[in-house]
Amino acid sequence: MTQAEFLNIVMPFKDKVFRLAKRILVSQEEAEDATQEILLKLWKNKLKIGEYKNIEAFSMTMTKNFCLDKLKSKHSQNLKIVHSNYQDKNVSLQKQVELNDSVGWVSKIMEELPEQQKIILQLRDIEQYDFEEISKMLDMNQTAIRVALSRARKTLREKLTKTHSYGVK
Amino acid sequence: MVLNNMEKLIEKYDNGETTLKEEQQLKDYFSQETVPPHLEVYKSMFQYFLYTHEEQFTKDVPLKSKKTYSLYQWISVAAVAVIMLGIFTQVDLFQSQTQTLADLTPQERVEYEEAKEVLALFSSTFSKGTDKLMALNMVSNNFDKGADNIAYLGEITSTTNKILKTN
Repeated sequence: MTQAEFLNIVMPFKDKVFRLAKRILVSQEEAEDATQEILLKLWKNKLKIGEYKNIEAFSMTMTKNFCLDKLKSKHSQNLKIVHSNYQDKNVSLQKQVELNDSVGWVSKIMEELPEQQKIILQLRDIEQYDFEEISKMLDMNQTAIRVALSRARKTLREKLTKTHSYGVK
Repeated sequence: MVLNNMEKLIEKYDNGETTLKEEQQLKDYFSQETVPPHLEVYKSMFQYFLYTHEEQFTKDVPLKSKKTYSLYQWISVAAVAVIMLGIFTQVDLFQSQTQTLADLTPQERVEYEEAKEVLALFSSTFSKGTDKLMALNMVSNNFDKGADNIAYLGEITSTTNKILKTN
């Protein structure tokens, strides 16, 4: 397999990998590194790529596992690079503007969701995968995914309503 | 009517029961400018989903191809193995050529004993020669003669060596 062929396979979903990584790891740089790592891993195993039925789903699973591992190792090292740490007093003006923006709020609230709900919401509402694909990627049954998705959507909506008091309630 | 429809869809959406097609309908609906105030929340949600979907990975991935490489690597390993095997067998052959007394055939052993006797004979004349030399040294006037004698002795040793070789 040549580089061009490989890139043709990878191109369509590399952005999805990156967005999922960013959803889990939050930081832009970390997500970029993770994506790079995943693509390199795929490239190293390029001979086996033909054997996989669905490279995209496989890569998404890989991304999910890789990023969760990364999170875990970071927690165990006690090196939390969580944004809430430095958010209290030194919020930059730009960040403040972004947070005031309702769209920014959504991202903020999504960060607070449990990892699994976060991932499912990302895969469904942003990447628009169907339930069958998601269940393959996450190795979960579809009902469980629907339940988690519903929970995530409701939490998102409730928190958004609370923070912004949009006139509902 | 449309609003009613949308509210039903939203309820389904909240329960995680919508299909991708219905979700697309919702996205289209909420991308318009004005929505009823009680649905504003969903507007920012769907806008966020659309907005994040645009994000792209822009970093380059350094891909190195190294498939041509590995074949040569293995050839070099094989070559080293062959050379090592060659050296090893040669050394082994060389070592097996050296023999000890026990390896000799009876005839060879007889020859060996004969050679030993001859050498013993020579060594006795040798000591005679040295006796003479000692006497001459005692006289010590004529160094040249003594040196000549040593030359003789040298001759004798070379013949001894020859005999040794032929045996």
